[in-house]
Amino acid sequence: MNPKRIGADLAVVARGYYRNPAALFFSLIFPLILIGLFGLIFSNTGTTTVTLEVLNENPHSPLVTKFLSALNNTTVVKVAVVPASTVSASGFSAWLGQNGDPVGLVIPATFTTNYSSGTQVNLTMFANPQDAAAAGEAEFAVSGVANAFNLAKAGGSSLIQLAGTVQGVGGTNLVYVDYLIPGLIGFSILTSPMFSMVDVASSYRKEGLFRQLSLTPLTRSEWLTSRIAWYILLTFAAAGIMLGMGVGVFDAHVSLNAGLIPYLVVGPFLFVSLGMLAGSVAPTPESAAVIGNIITFPMMFLAGTFFPVSEFPPGLQTFARVLPLYYVIDGMNQVMLFHNTMRAAADLAVVVVAGVVVFLLAVRLFRWRDA
Amino acid sequence: MPAAIEVEGLVKRYGGLTAVDRIDFSVPAGSVFAFLGPNGAGKTTTVEILEGLRQRTSGTVRVLGLDPWSDGAELHRRIGVIPQEFRFFEKITPREAVEYYRALFGSSVDPDEVLGRVELLDKRSARFDQLSGGQKQKLGLALALSNDPEIYFLDEPTTGLDPHARRAIWNVIRSIRAAGRTVFLTTHYLEEAELLSDRVAIIHHGHLIAVGTAAEIIAAHGGPARAVFEAAPELATRLTARLGVAARASGGRVVVDLAGPHDALRVLSAAEESGLPWSSFSTERDTLEDVFIRMVGEMDDGALKGESAP
Repeated sequence: MNPKRIGADLAVVARGYYRNPAALFFSLIFPLILIGLFGLIFSNTGTTTVTLEVLNENPHSPLVTKFLSALNNTTVVKVAVVPASTVSASGFSAWLGQNGDPVGLVIPATFTTNYSSGTQVNLTMFANPQDAAAAGEAEFAVSGVANAFNLAKAGGSSLIQLAGTVQGVGGTNLVYVDYLIPGLIGFSILTSPMFSMVDVASSYRKEGLFRQLSLTPLTRSEWLTSRIAWYILLTFAAAGIMLGMGVGVFDAHVSLNAGLIPYLVVGPFLFVSLGMLAGSVAPTPESAAVIGNIITFPMMFLAGTFFPVSEFPPGLQTFARVLPLYYVIDGMNQVMLFHNTMRAAADLAVVVVAGVVVFLLAVRLFRWRDA
Repeated sequence: MPAAIEVEGLVKRYGGLTAVDRIDFSVPAGSVFAFLGPNGAGKTTTVEILEGLRQRTSGTVRVLGLDPWSDGAELHRRIGVIPQEFRFFEKITPREAVEYYRALFGSSVDPDEVLGRVELLDKRSARFDQLSGGQKQKLGLALALSNDPEIYFLDEPTTGLDPHARRAIWNVIRSIRAAGRTVFLTTHYLEEAELLSDRVAIIHHGHLIAVGTAAEIIAAHGGPARAVFEAAPELATRLTARLGVAARASGGRVVVDLAGPHDALRVLSAAEESGLPWSSFSTERDTLEDVFIRMVGEMDDGALKGESAP
C-alpha cells in the first residue's frame, strides 16, 4: 500500500464525482431529500388532531354535549357531529369509507337514560386499519374520557395519572425524527457505494480501464482503498447533512458523539467492498446490476432503515439479523439514542469482521487482466 | 545489441482455437519492430502476452529479461503501452491524466512537456469524453511516455486516425527510437511499417510467415524487378520474340521481368530496335504491401485447397 498512489487515485475519483452532477446528486442531495421527506411526514405525528366523526343518536342531551366537549378537551381528537338524519347507525361504516374519514363513533340513543340509571352504555367505534395511528389515538381518547365519566358516576377521583406528556424510549424528549436519523444514515451508507461500485466494477472491466490501470504500479488493494476512502468522505458529508437538517429543521435531539464515527468509516468500507465483489463475480454489466439489486433491496427496507426491526414479525426479524446493514443501523441507534455501549461495540465488531472478509474476497476476485 | 524481447515457441489457445502457433522472434534493444498481419491473425494476442496482460499457453517469452505474466508488476514499471482504441476516465483532462500517471509511477516528467511532444498541449484542459479519436490516442501515447519506459508497445496506434494525427504519432515514434528506446508496433498499414521500422514480422493464422528487414522480405518473397513501358500491346509481341522472355501487355502497359539488377538496358535496347513507339519507360519492384498481399493471399488459397482436398 503506497499512500501517494492512493492519494493520486483519490484525487481522480473526487474530480470525476465533482464533474458528474448525477453522482453528486445521489450521494449528497438524495440524503437531504430523504430526511426532508421523512421528517415532514413524521415530525408532526404527536400534535395532529384526529377528526372523530360522531353519529349522535341521542341529541339535545346535556350529558352527551359534556361527553363530546370532554373528548375535544383531550386535544387528541376533534369531534365532528354527524346529524342522525344524515345516516343511520347501520350505514355509518360505509358512510365513513365514502367520505374518507378514518374514525367514527356512535353515541346510542340510550346514552343519557342508561348512564343516569347506572346501566351499561355501549359505544361503537369504527376505524380504518390503514390509518392505525389515528385509530389508536381516537380509541385512547374515547376510553380515557369514558373512564373519567365512569369514575365520576362512582364518585371517585383519578389517583394514578401520567405526569405530563409521554417521554421517548432511550432518553428524554426524543421525537420521531430522532429514531429516523440512524436508519437514514444507514440507508445512505448502503445505497451510495453499492449502486456505484457494482456499476464501476463491471463497466471498468468492459471498457478496459482495469487493464489500463494494471499497466501501472497501482495495485488492486490500493485502488479499492482509494474508493473506500472516497465513500467514507461522502458518508461523513451525507451524515452531516442529515444530522444538520434533523437538528436544525426538525428539532431532533440525537446525541452527537464520537461513537458514531467508527460506523461512518466501517460502513462504507463494508459496502464498497461488497459492491465491488458483486460487480466482479457478474459476467456482464447487466447481470451485475441484477446481482447488486438482489443484495441491496432487502437491506434498503428490512435492516431498520425506515421501520424499526422490532416492529417486524418474528421470521422477518430473524432475516433482518442476517443483513450486515442491520448491525450498522442498530449500532448507530445504540450510540445515538440508547447509549448502550456494549451492544454498540458488538454491532461494530460484526461489521468489521464482515468488512474485512468481503474486502479480501473482493481484492482476490476482481481481475485486472484476463487469463 | 542485446535483445529487448525474445520469443520462442509461443503458443496461445482459446479453447479449441489456436490463436498463436509456435512463433519465434527477437527484437534488438533500441530498434523499431513492426508486427504485421491481417485482422484476426494473432497480432493483439501476441502483443498482450508480451505486455503481461494475457497468459500464454506454452513457450518462452522474455521481455527485458522478465516473464511478462509472473513478473508483470515489475515489467509494467519499465514498459509503456497504448492499447487499441485507448480509453480512460471520462471526466479527466489530459494534464490531470499525465499528473496521475506521474504520481503512480513516481516519475518526474513535466506534464506540459509530454503533452507538447504528442501535440496535445492545446487540449490539456479538455475533458477526455470531449476529445476526438486522434486526441484520445495521443493522450494514450502521452501516458506511455510519462514513465520514460524502455520498451513501447503500440497496438495499431494510428488505426482510424486522420493523416495529421497519424503523422504526429509517427514523429513521436521516431523520437522514441532516436532516444535509444525499443518500439514494438503492430499495424495493418504496410506503409507505416516500411516507413518506421527496422525489422518486420508478418503473422498470419497464428504463424509467422516472414521476419527480417523490409528489404530482406521483399528480396526473399517479392517478384523480380520489372521494366514497364507505356505502349501498345504490339510491343509486347516484339519484345517476347527478341528477348526470349514473356512480355505482358495490359491496360496500356507492357511489362517485362528483368533477369537481374543490370538487365534494364538490354530491354530498353530491344524496344528501341523494334522501331515501335512508347511514351514512357520505368523500372519497378514489389513494395512490402505487394509482398504482404501475395503471401497472405497464397496462404489463404493454399488453406482453401487443403480444406477441399479429400
